Amino acid sequence: MRLRLRPCGNYKESYKEELPIFETDFGRISSLIGLILLFFVIPFVFGSYNLYVLNHVAIYAIAAVGLNILTGFTGQLSLGHGAFFGVGAYTASILMTRLHVPFLPSIFAGGVSTALVGLVFGIPSSRLKHLYLTISTLAGQLILEYIFINWESLTCGASGIILPKSTIFGFDLQTDRSFFYVIFIFFVIFLWIAKNIVRTKYGRAFIAIRDNDQAAEGMGIPIFRYKLISFAISSFYAGFAGALWATYVASISPEPFTFGLSIEFIAMIIIGGLGSITGSVFGATFITLLNEALSQGIGYLMNLKAFTGMVTIAPFREFIFGLVIVLFLIFEPKGLAEVWRIVKSSFKLWPFSY
Amino acid sequence: MGFFLQLLVQGLSIGCLYGIAALGFVMIFKSSSVLNFAHGELLAIGAYIFFVITIWLNLPIYMAFIITFVGSFALGFLIERLFLRPMIGEALIEVVMLTVGLSAMFRGLLLVIFSGNTYVFSNFLPAWLNIRIGSLSISSVYTVTLIITIIFLAILGFFFKYSSQGIYMRSVADNQTAALSLGVNVRRVFALSWAIASIVCAISGIILGVINGVNVHAISRIGLKVFPVVILGGLESIGGAIIGGLFIGFLETFVSGYLSTSLRDVVAYVVLVIILMIKPYGLFGLVEIERV
Amino acid sequence: MENNTCLLINNISVVYHDVIQVLKGVSLEVKKGEIFSLLGSNGAGKTTTLRAVSGLLKPENGKVTEGSILFEEKSLHNQPPEYITRLGIIQVLEGRVPFKYLTVEENLRVGTATRWGKPYREDLDLVYHYFPRLKQLRNGLAGYLSGGELQMLVIGRALMAHPRLLLLDEPSLGLAPFLVKEIFDIVKRINEEQGTTIILVEQNANMALNIATYGYVMENGKIVMEGKAKDLKENPDVKEFYLGTTAKGVVKSYNEVKAYRRRKRWL
Ligand SMILES: Nc1ncnc2c1ncn2[C@@H]1O[C@H](COP(=O)(O)OP(=O)(O)OP(=O)(O)O)[C@@H](O)[C@H]1O
Ligand SMILES: [Mg+2]
Repeated sequence: MRLRLRPCGNYKESYKEELPIFETDFGRISSLIGLILLFFVIPFVFGSYNLYVLNHVAIYAIAAVGLNILTGFTGQLSLGHGAFFGVGAYTASILMTRLHVPFLPSIFAGGVSTALVGLVFGIPSSRLKHLYLTISTLAGQLILEYIFINWESLTCGASGIILPKSTIFGFDLQTDRSFFYVIFIFFVIFLWIAKNIVRTKYGRAFIAIRDNDQAAEGMGIPIFRYKLISFAISSFYAGFAGALWATYVASISPEPFTFGLSIEFIAMIIIGGLGSITGSVFGATFITLLNEALSQGIGYLMNLKAFTGMVTIAPFREFIFGLVIVLFLIFEPKGLAEVWRIVKSSFKLWPFSY
Repeated sequence: MGFFLQLLVQGLSIGCLYGIAALGFVMIFKSSSVLNFAHGELLAIGAYIFFVITIWLNLPIYMAFIITFVGSFALGFLIERLFLRPMIGEALIEVVMLTVGLSAMFRGLLLVIFSGNTYVFSNFLPAWLNIRIGSLSISSVYTVTLIITIIFLAILGFFFKYSSQGIYMRSVADNQTAALSLGVNVRRVFALSWAIASIVCAISGIILGVINGVNVHAISRIGLKVFPVVILGGLESIGGAIIGGLFIGFLETFVSGYLSTSLRDVVAYVVLVIILMIKPYGLFGLVEIERV
Repeated sequence: MENNTCLLINNISVVYHDVIQVLKGVSLEVKKGEIFSLLGSNGAGKTTTLRAVSGLLKPENGKVTEGSILFEEKSLHNQPPEYITRLGIIQVLEGRVPFKYLTVEENLRVGTATRWGKPYREDLDLVYHYFPRLKQLRNGLAGYLSGGELQMLVIGRALMAHPRLLLLDEPSLGLAPFLVKEIFDIVKRINEEQGTTIILVEQNANMALNIATYGYVMENGKIVMEGKAKDLKENPDVKEFYLGTTAKGVVKSYNEVKAYRRRKRWL
């Protein structure tokens, strides 16, 4: 077998050659090495806190990938992603506590139910220009928040739900490490699926709708259907991630699933790079780490005498997320993915870069 | 019956308030097609400027109004200059995300400075504005809201109908290329619409502050109410914004009066979703003039 | 450069979206106070040439990449439209674009944007003097005007700006012949009475050459022919391609000319 290495120029002769995820065996090999590192090295060298952070990164990354399919690829903005994340979390929690449904079916049900809820808010607006979808998802966010808090018989209201222990195929999922495996297996699968969605017929239709919906319609793409598909996929990702999150942290309340969380997801995809699956992972990593750093920093400040009681984390977080969104949009609208591409291509061309 | 009338008056003035708040939003949307998600924060900033001047600096009310207006005008202008202008020519959705970012930024900033506490204005409105008609009593805030709405509508109507700058602004909203070809300074129009919108927001922010006290979370939440209002009114029309505002105002007061207070905050969005399903361009949207 | 040169375009190239080259070295010279006609088939680059002068390329994502454009010795090269309109260059857009939701009079008032704040009553009267029909319609919404009225409106609107150089893009498009004649007569009068220099882009070469003093013919982004209007009218090629007469001088039926025009509109 001949190893395919990266050619020094663009030698593609057909569109087909543009399609593969891995252009070279080098890419395959490095991904394989990455996977081995991920599953066999990281869980053993990292401590519990680091794994906890990594698990969050992966969960948020799944949700962010979903939002990016909708926003970055299809050109529709959802402001309800935070609440959709919550729908998944609540579905799984309610199934597990009330009906004693096992772990795996619960989280999948989380994804499916969120996709359905998403469709309710997607249907009226998909007929119209993208602005209306944005507004109707905003309404969705606020209505769902209201339901989480006020439909007490279902959601237990503000006091929240404590989840039972999750088990998968008879194994107890308790430690951060055991969850690490579950979460990252799903992370890899969902990333792989997303990569495949965007490079097939569906992905191309999404991009056509994003770039010019009228022309797309003219070319015979049923835009209503594809917008809905994209919206359903994105909601499914959000719900699945939310369900995973609920089972991981094992207790939920309405508090996290606010408009602020939606904004966090938007920040992730902007920072990572709109229309880049890998970028969403960067964005999720960036925001999660920023969150952790902020809580550490603020925690430190609060312990200082002078600041006692004066600083709380939420406002700073909001301010910084807002600032980061604004700065990235103005100065690097293609996000970290673009930075990564530039770094990569300068390696690729090395030592003959110009 | 008395209760009903009470609600009616209250709904009317809350509706007017929503209406003026939505005016600012519609103005920006009309001139530059930007959906401003930082609208609630503009309301809040206006209210806080006013608050700082009257309560912390203890300046007289008329000074407070002047400074708030000048400050808001400058703020709107600056927002356009610093944040929106670099985005001219970018996809609309990115501009919208930018306003989402601005909203988080401003809200965070206000919370850092003022925290989540509610500050209360001492009621500076003269007592004779408290009107009693039989069993019906109307508090001065509501009277003032009504009066201010009427004055503001008159001023804005006059500005857009008769002043040259107002006509230039409408021309940009109508057809940007044609406006450019006649030398209309489109960037100035954008900046101006942000500046005026921000003044209009300050007005509604101040009134909201007088009614409920000034609180970042509460005011920015109310800012989001412009979306049901403008969707109902049809996004582009100033008259529609007022009618939409009145509709939502009545709806909310009656729902909280007869059904439940907690439902009040969400009913507008339920209506919004329903409207989007059955009458997507709003109840009072512009009739599109089409020619080929 | 002669003293009475108004506009001097020297060898410009224009590119849209950084890749589509449309103009390939266009040069023309326009003398003060005259009517110049720019002829050419669809897609020749006439509108693009006007946009290069008026600064309206930028919103279309186009750029002048080479050459120079001088208006009374001031460079217009890639200047913004706000600057160019203030020098007195006004382009009347192709396809008669009104402000649909403004009344006729409000439309005219937008024309005062370049000298904001100065009185405009007399200018309104001047426009109503040339186009009495507009006066009757002054309070109606522009969106409901007929094609001919719209053409009057957009020319009138440009007049409000006190143009020194008026760029008219296909004013005859889709109008009945008698209306075309009426409008061209008024254009001629504006030129004579106001001393406005005019560049007239037309497909209707016959009419255009009747009122113009000089003409340029464009093909594929280049000037392929130029000359005095009356010489061009006699030129056999121009006759064949733009005037609708064959070499023998037989006028083809009006229908055919129109069909041809309509077909090419699609391009
Ligand atoms: N905004 C644009 N982006 C890309 N290409 C453009 C743009 N505008 C014009 N073109 C191209 O430039 C060429 C010349 O166009 P232009 O509008 O200047 O032609 P024209 O001579 O005015 O034709 P017509 O008589 O049809 O108005 C055409 O091939 C057209 O497709
Ligand atoms: Mg043209």
